[in-house]
This record gives sequence, structure tokens and C-alpha cells, in this order.
Amino acid sequence: MKRKILFFLSAGLILASFYMVLVFVPTERDMGVVQRIFYYHVPLAWIAFMAFFIVFIGSIMYLFKRKPFWDYLASSSAEIGLVFISLMLITGSIWAQPTWGVWWIWEPRLTTSLILWFIYVAYFIVRGYISEEEKQARFAGVVGIIGFLNVPLVFLSVTLWRTQHPPLTIFTEGLVAPMMATLLVCLFAFNFLYIYLLSERTLMKLDEAEVKRLKENIMERNG
Amino acid sequence: MKELRAAFIIATKDILTEIRTREVLTSIVVFAILVIVIFNFAFGGDERAVKTVAPGILWATFAFSGILSLNRSFMMEKEEDCIEGLMVSPISREAIYLGKFAGNLFFILLIQLVVIPVFSLLFNLWLFSFEFILVTLMATLGFAAVGTLFSAMAVNTRARELILPVLFFPIVTPVIIAAVNASLLILEGKGFSAITDWLGIIAAFFVIFFVASYLVFCFIIEE
Amino acid sequence: MGHADQPAIEINNLTRFFGSFKALNDISLVVHPGETLAIFGHNGAGKTTLLKILSTVMKPSNGEVFFNGRNIALESETVRRDLGIVSHRSFLYLNLTAYDNLAFYGRLYNIDNRSQRIKELLERLNLKARMHDKVSTFSRGMQQRLAIARALLHRPGIVLLDEPESGLDIKALDTLWQLLKEEDRTIVFTHHSLERGFATSSRVAVLSRGKIAYCPENKGSFSELHQAYSLSLEAM
Repeated sequence: MKRKILFFLSAGLILASFYMVLVFVPTERDMGVVQRIFYYHVPLAWIAFMAFFIVFIGSIMYLFKRKPFWDYLASSSAEIGLVFISLMLITGSIWAQPTWGVWWIWEPRLTTSLILWFIYVAYFIVRGYISEEEKQARFAGVVGIIGFLNVPLVFLSVTLWRTQHPPLTIFTEGLVAPMMATLLVCLFAFNFLYIYLLSERTLMKLDEAEVKRLKENIMERNG
Repeated sequence: MKELRAAFIIATKDILTEIRTREVLTSIVVFAILVIVIFNFAFGGDERAVKTVAPGILWATFAFSGILSLNRSFMMEKEEDCIEGLMVSPISREAIYLGKFAGNLFFILLIQLVVIPVFSLLFNLWLFSFEFILVTLMATLGFAAVGTLFSAMAVNTRARELILPVLFFPIVTPVIIAAVNASLLILEGKGFSAITDWLGIIAAFFVIFFVASYLVFCFIIEE
Repeated sequence: MGHADQPAIEINNLTRFFGSFKALNDISLVVHPGETLAIFGHNGAGKTTLLKILSTVMKPSNGEVFFNGRNIALESETVRRDLGIVSHRSFLYLNLTAYDNLAFYGRLYNIDNRSQRIKELLERLNLKARMHDKVSTFSRGMQQRLAIARALLHRPGIVLLDEPESGLDIKALDTLWQLLKEEDRTIVFTHHSLERGFATSSRVAVLSRGKIAYCPENKGSFSELHQAYSLSLEAM
């Protein structure tokens, strides 16, 4: 029941965001139509960071409690975070091309996201090279903690590095009310989508583990 | 105190192994110098260009040769399961981390001690200043702190040599950015006050990851 | 040493999962001071897992272990001081000499008269002539003997051995048991041969699929052990 509500809530909000972004919001004067991607780009970044924070919390809880649930939660959140941050990098690229004439700019937030992308790809590479489930969870937990602690340092160093070069201004004027409203709708939409995906994925992993356990029980009984 | 004593014994054991094999001093230092020579072919044409890329080359060399040294560190503990020998000894897991950290720090500094003069000679740059030594020392502390943790992790996976760089490089980005930029400023003749921000990042990196690695190391080596 | 009536090793409801696989299933066992317990079992029965948990290298999923009344999870450093381990790997640094290796572990255990104790052990295990050679130049049997010296260096009261006799010649076997028995020790070891294991132990146990299938209070007869072991193989 709760899962259904979450599903319809996020689906509805995402449909609403299509309308807001494509029809409702006025076109930004300087950058033109491509600026509309901003309404997806920013929430994707936000939710990705939130997802990695959940990975951090789940990892700490796993290492202390050693209950597989926390690892399922952390790894599910890492999967979603990785998808979101990949989309964020892609939308950033699409935005950068017509605006600055290049596919990639070493802007602090984009650069930080790129480094994070590498860290959470490493999170899954480590898991892939370990066969034992429990060890996978332990090692991934350590990467989940260390990786997240690195976020502020990466951001700080990249920002400091870029400020020695001419900084980029994204908006000449602030966000007007309809823009703000659109951004908020998108933010809520992705937020609920994240929560929905996270709960589905975590529950799926719990079910998988249960099926595996039942299988082993049957095998044991049949010798 | 007991912990430091055990750590000291482990570090001196690593140094004794080096005295018996001369692995670091022969192969890894030769590798590091090779990297410098190759970079020189890639960038060394123009003397003005050299000055701007030199710190980058130097830190890339430190990172690459550091990886080799770190990989070796737990490889030798794994060969005959010596790490288990340490784990059944009456010392804490943290003492093992401290000991391996000190050993790794020693070896990376040893590599740098040979590499820096060679580098100065080949690129005709005078690097020996108080600021430069301070930056190098502190950045190396950070390298060794996370490197020791990831080295222990890497040898416990199926792709030993691959896992370490995949984890190590994205995590040490802040240190590399900070060390390269600080070195650039030093080469430009700026004083200590110009590099305090960068030093702050390097120091914060070391403190955060030294403490975090110290605390989570036990989760990596347990079975 | 604990009280006279206190068990040297007390294992309570020990369970260990690997994922959803139960390597050890609710094991309880008491070993009295001075006993030599031989553990038998088919491959994958949980022998090595049990020894790894007892040696504090691996954590159990459930259950507790006490050595002389001390919980090994809570007082692990104290417990390890009195613990000697011979694993199926030697724990030796191949690039160090035999003497270097023992000196290193001797320092970790903080033992007195280190160099004298090392030389005495090397002498008895017939390794003294090679003590300044790198372990990488040693044969398998020599490495095994050195591993035994390493495990007994600090005169542990509890010794755990995983297949200690593999790779040893008859003379080295004699020395091994002489060294083990000359001090007051509690010993737990695994063995692939029922006959050899039965002959050298004071008690026996058979592990089968993570459970204790056979473990009489007194030693029992060899034919009973043989029967229990055959049954455990059939159960696979």
C-alpha cells in the first residue's frame, strides 16, 4: 500500500514536472531553451548527494550492527546515486555545449561530481571482485564511509583551484518565481522517485536473500 | 604506548625486509625515474611550459610510484598469511594499521628522497625550500594514511593490482590538486602565506583520513 | 592458569554464516586443561572455520568462546598472549631469514631472553644451521618446522593446530609432540588421518556439516570414531 502511494506520488510529480519544465516556465533570456535542462540537472545533483549520504549512514550502521539490511540499503542507495550522478554529468554536458561551446567545463560542482562518480564506480568494482557476500558488504561499507568523507575536501580543493582562474557565472539575474516553483516541483519529484526506488530495491534485495536462504534450507534437507 | 611499540616493531620489520630485498630502492625508484623521463619527452620541449607542468609531473610520479609501494605492502603480508600471524599476536588491529602506515610512509618518503634530486636535475628546477618540503611531507602523510587502508583492502580482493589505483586515485584528488597548486606557487617564488589554504586542505585530508582509516581498518582485515 | 575446575576452552552455541551458508551450526564444546583434542571431518565440515574463530582471526555470527574464563571477543589481546597457532599457511616472511622471523614475532610477544629462546627452538627443530638463510630458500617441511617454532616461541598454554603433521618427517613429528607435551598445554588440532590423530590425542571430535557429530567425554574406542566418521561422510 505504502509502496503504491509512493509510486503514484513520484509518477504524478514527474508528469507534473514535464509540464512545468516544458510548458509552464518562461524561457531564460540569455541562455535560451537549453536552460530548461537546469530544472533536472540541479535536482539530480541534489538527490545524488543525498543518496551518497544515505550510503554513508547505511555503511556505518552495517559495520556496527552487521545486519545485511543496512548493506542492502547502502548498496541500493549507491546504485541510485550513481545513476543520478551520471545523469547529472550528462545533463551538465548537454547544458555546457550550447552555453559555453564546450562539452565539459571544470566547474567546481561538475568536477566534484565527476570525482564522486569515480568513487562510487570504485564502490561497485570492489564489490565485483569479492565473492563472499559478508566481505563484500564490509569492504563496500568502508568505501562508502571514506568516499563520503572525501566530498567536502574534493569540493573545497576544486573550488579553490578554479577560483585561481576566471570564475563562471551561471545566472546573471536570480531565479524568478515561476522558475523557483518549477525547480521545487522537480526537486520533490526526484526526491519521491529516489525514496520509491530505494525502498523497492532494498526490499528486492531482502527478498532475494530470503529466497536464497530457503533454497539452502531445501538443499540441506535433501542432502 | 603499547600500540606504538607494536607499530614500531612492525614498521622496522618492513624496513628490514627492504634491506634484505632492496625491492623499493631498485625497481620502484627506477620506475619513478622512468616516469619522469617519459613525462619529459611529453612536455619537456619548452622551458617555460616545463615550469607550469613540473609540479603536476612530480606529483603524478609520486602517485604512480606510491601505488607500487603500497601494493607491495600488504602483498607480503598475504603471501604466507602473515597478516593472520599479526592478528593472532597480542596486539590490537589498530597497532597493525599504525605499523603498516609508518612503513609505507617511510618507503614513499624514501622514493621521494631519490626522485626529487633527479627531478631537479633533469628539469633544471630548484625544489629544496622549507615550504616545498613541508607540502611534500604533509601530502605524503595523507597518501600513506588512505593508501595503507586501501592496500589492505586490495590484497583481499580477486583483482589485487587493479583495485588499489581505482580506489586510491579518486580519493587522493584533493591532496594532488592541493600539492600541485602549492608547488606551483612555491616555484613562482610566492612565500608561505600564499600556500596556507592549500596546506590547510592537505592537513585536513591527513587528519580526517588518518583517523577514519585507523578506526575502520579492523573491518578490512577480519575474516 | 585458571581454576582447576575451569575449562581451558569453552565454546557456547557457536554459529558462523558465510552469506546464507551455515559453516558452523550451533556448536558447543568444552576442552579441559591439559587435554589434546583431535578434530576430524570431511572437507567443508567447518574445521578451519572453527579454528579461525578460536584463534580470534574470524568473528562468529553468534555464540561465545571462553579461554580460561576469559571471553575471547572482549579480552582478545590478553587471550592471544597465551595462544599459539599453527595454520595451514606458515605466517612466515619469505624474504626474511629464519632468525629474523622469530625475532620479529618474539618482539611482538615481548618475550624475555629472546635470542636464547629462538636459538634453543631452532636447535631442537634442526634448523639452526640455516637460521641466517631466507625462508624462501627453505623446503616445505623446513618451513613447517619453523612455523611450529614461531607458534611455540612464547610458550602458549593453548595451542591450535590445523593439519600440523602435513609435510613433516618422522623425526620432526617426534620433536613436534615432544615440544607440545613438555609443557602444560591444552591442544586442539585437526588431522586428515584418523589413525594418526587418534593416536596422538586424548579426546576426539567429528565435525559434520557445521555440527558436532561425535564427541564423547572420554576418548572412546577407535572403531567408534571410525564409525562416526563414516556416518558423517554418508550424511554429505
